[in-house]
Amino acid sequence: MSRAAGDIGPAPVTRWIIGALVGAIFAIPLVSTLLYTLQDADGALTLDHWISLFSAANPSVIKPLTAGLGNSLVLAVVTVVIVIVLLAPTMILVNLRFPGMKAAFEFIALLPISIPAIVVVVGLTPIYLQIGRTLGTGAWTLAFAYGVTVLPFAYRSIQASIDAVDLRTLTEASRSLGANWATVFITVLVPNLRSGLLAASLISIAVVLGEFTIASLLNRQVLQTALVVVGKIDPYASAIFTLLALTFCFLLLLALGFAARGRSRKVRS
Amino acid sequence: MTSTAVPNGTLPVGSGLRAPGRRVRRSSLAGLGLAPFLVYVALFLVAPTIIAIGSGLFAKDGSFTLASFAALGDPVILATFWNSTWLSLLTAVVGALVGALVCYALLGLSPTGFVRTTVDAACGVLAQFGGVMLAFAMIATIGIQGVLTRFLRDALGIDIFADGAWIYALPGLIPAYLYFQVPLMVITFMPAVAALRASWAEANLTLGGTRAGFWLHVGLPVLAPSFLASALLLFANAFSSYATAAALASQGSQIVPLQIRTALTSETLLGRENLAGVLAFGMIVVIGVVMCAYALVQRRAARWQR
Amino acid sequence: MTRTIRPFRRLAVGAAVAGIAALTLSACSTGASDPAGTAAAGETGSSSVDAATATSLSDFGTLADLEAAAKKEGKLNVIALPRDWANYGEIIDAFTAKYPEITVTEQSPDVSSAEEITAAKTNKGLDTAPDVFDLGLTVALQNTDQFAAYKVQTWDEIPDALKESTGLFVGDYGGYMSVGYDSKKFPAPAAITDLLKSEYKGAVALNGDPTQAGAAFGAVGLATVQNGGTLEDYSEGIDFFSKLNSAGNLLKVDVTTATVTSGETPVVFDWDYLNAAHTKDNKDWKVVVFPGNGYAAYYNQAINVDAPNPAAARLWQEFLYSDEVQNLWLKGGARPVRMEAMTEAGTIDADLAAKLPEAPKDTLVPTEEQSKAAGTLLGEKWAAAVQ
Repeated sequence: MSRAAGDIGPAPVTRWIIGALVGAIFAIPLVSTLLYTLQDADGALTLDHWISLFSAANPSVIKPLTAGLGNSLVLAVVTVVIVIVLLAPTMILVNLRFPGMKAAFEFIALLPISIPAIVVVVGLTPIYLQIGRTLGTGAWTLAFAYGVTVLPFAYRSIQASIDAVDLRTLTEASRSLGANWATVFITVLVPNLRSGLLAASLISIAVVLGEFTIASLLNRQVLQTALVVVGKIDPYASAIFTLLALTFCFLLLLALGFAARGRSRKVRS
Repeated sequence: MTSTAVPNGTLPVGSGLRAPGRRVRRSSLAGLGLAPFLVYVALFLVAPTIIAIGSGLFAKDGSFTLASFAALGDPVILATFWNSTWLSLLTAVVGALVGALVCYALLGLSPTGFVRTTVDAACGVLAQFGGVMLAFAMIATIGIQGVLTRFLRDALGIDIFADGAWIYALPGLIPAYLYFQVPLMVITFMPAVAALRASWAEANLTLGGTRAGFWLHVGLPVLAPSFLASALLLFANAFSSYATAAALASQGSQIVPLQIRTALTSETLLGRENLAGVLAFGMIVVIGVVMCAYALVQRRAARWQR
Repeated sequence: MTRTIRPFRRLAVGAAVAGIAALTLSACSTGASDPAGTAAAGETGSSSVDAATATSLSDFGTLADLEAAAKKEGKLNVIALPRDWANYGEIIDAFTAKYPEITVTEQSPDVSSAEEITAAKTNKGLDTAPDVFDLGLTVALQNTDQFAAYKVQTWDEIPDALKESTGLFVGDYGGYMSVGYDSKKFPAPAAITDLLKSEYKGAVALNGDPTQAGAAFGAVGLATVQNGGTLEDYSEGIDFFSKLNSAGNLLKVDVTTATVTSGETPVVFDWDYLNAAHTKDNKDWKVVVFPGNGYAAYYNQAINVDAPNPAAARLWQEFLYSDEVQNLWLKGGARPVRMEAMTEAGTIDADLAAKLPEAPKDTLVPTEEQSKAAGTLLGEKWAAAVQ
């Protein structure tokens, strides 16, 4: 089958080879963990560990897990809101109006992952002490710290999209046609930056669901801290719950990805 | 002096024509737009960083001292900084290349199609999969009793640990780090790759260029700035990565985050908390240096954008 | 343009104000805010007892009064208590079953003793601060100003050497440093030097880094006293592990229950009660405490001086030092601190006591100075020794 003359992508064969190779390499550790949960002391295959974990709906297992999962989901939502409502407009503003600040902005965006979380918490402690006294110690206040944690990843995704789109021309054109700033932002810029914004949202959700250090050091209950607590029940529990958490996260991101595509399909037709 | 009557305030952005009074109004309005983000960053990023590093300036009894910074000259500490740097560089470069390869394989597929959405979701999940469970997944795969190790030993006769258990020292961190570096690269680089237009390939073909020529003269230069930026992100990510190393290569604290952990949380070697602030300062310096190098390379690579 | 921008700005500002107001109101209504917390810590409602300064049960009256005060608080925050560590899982469940009105929050099971103190300081004055600590001796001695003194009912039955005289911290359970091994794959080591033999190649692991974790520090201590050294100088122990590393027998991975069950770390230096816990997953796992010089350590209970639930914290202490729970610790393979007194009184569970590994002739426990010196020595020498 010959490829279309202007095909920018690789041949289907190449796609398949790369995909299969990389996919296999990344699947192996997960399969090994699964095999570990399916083996007993003699090495024979058994479903015992899975069954024993779920047979008695153990309250000491269910309670921390549901509490942690609920908190993590709320945190994910608030963090995505911070990214879309606070970060994205600021980045657009910087790219349009203050191009000289881009370098400084990039340094600030990279700062959060320059230092490990265990040190950042040393600095976050007094701030969260004050937040605890004013806004309460609910887990949702962690979203402020998480918004900063996802900053590097969200920044990179959105910036890649911005670089690919000629913001200046689009804004000038729509403004000259009489649109106000809200219209420009919502109906012109956001759809063009859709890819970057979606990537930023997905990585933010993944970061929030996978974050452990800050929540643990500030003594809040989130999904990962709950997994550690229930993982101490027996070693197989740790591995089983991790695989389940990964699957849950994957399905969640998949659902969001499909939901976003559904909307854009409608717009196109 | 324009002769057409242009209503105040409807001049297009960047047109260069400004009614005198409007200029001050517009840029102060724009400056105000930056304010919420700056306040947020000041409160939750700049302030904690300063406090965290500042903890290195105070001795245990609270007196101001610069003595802790002498620790940065300690040969052991310098060796850990070197370890961290080469490990992060290696995983960043390899991760960036493999990630770019995967992005290339996804190029041209519909962004809302099944494959792209699935790969995006999978990469999103794996990019944040780290810590104790990633370490255990590595142990289960290529540990001494790992599935892959046993398969290689029994079926193919290859003993990958003939020279010692390298998996529990620095080299063992490489596969573990790559496991989250590659998905991270795919996520952050894919928007740039997806923005390559098919019309450019067609134009190239029309003008008589080859596929290889397209990539050499159009594709790679266009992608270079984003590639470098993503690679820098990968470097910083590996440099400050802590939980995985703590579980896999915990003995001997051979990288900087583990040294910080020992300073802050050791049960047996107490009272060195201010060392953590100093080490954090050192880490920021290293990142700053790498960013300067990156900025220099970026200016060259982003020439075409100007 | 000015006309169109103003309404948008007003809308944005209005929305922001409304949003912040909504968030604040909802946060206050979740009931987790602090001003209520600090007030409650100071006064306990109906009774005139200030639970935060009570130093013994008599300050409350009877156990029933303490239980009532604790139930009124309704919560307890415990930290660094893994469920599989000395049977803490069963102990926490027993507490919840006995006092269902008190919700126990298990925080951060994996953290070290030093991190428990940090968590208390990080959350000072908030309701997420831990109420009680379970600490190694060195950390306990260094942080006595973080504790509130309290003497449990059974105070007199605890040996003097294992408690701080005013009740700031009290030993709770302890054990000997031991070697656990998979007997199906490895022969029983009769002496510590047996581990240098080639049959243990790539098999011996420590529970952590000795500059970091108390259990690994104890392993080096055991190696010291078993190789003719004294607790004054841990060099003998460091040399032993250096030899173990050169022989290729030392695995430098942190031991977890998962690595034991997967067969990755088949020979482990750990406290005897932690090694005993692995027999649950592997019937062939055996624990040996070397005869002669034994290296032991006790962990210590303390109450946070800024505990958000002071009455519940004190009830937890009374609960832990009751016969029932001391036997639960024994079930976990640890030696409860009241063991001598309970054996005399006959309240100890004799079967469980018989299952403990035989105690060696001499029991050595390092003092604070010895621990500090050893810590400094390890900080200097360990990383290079096992390179």
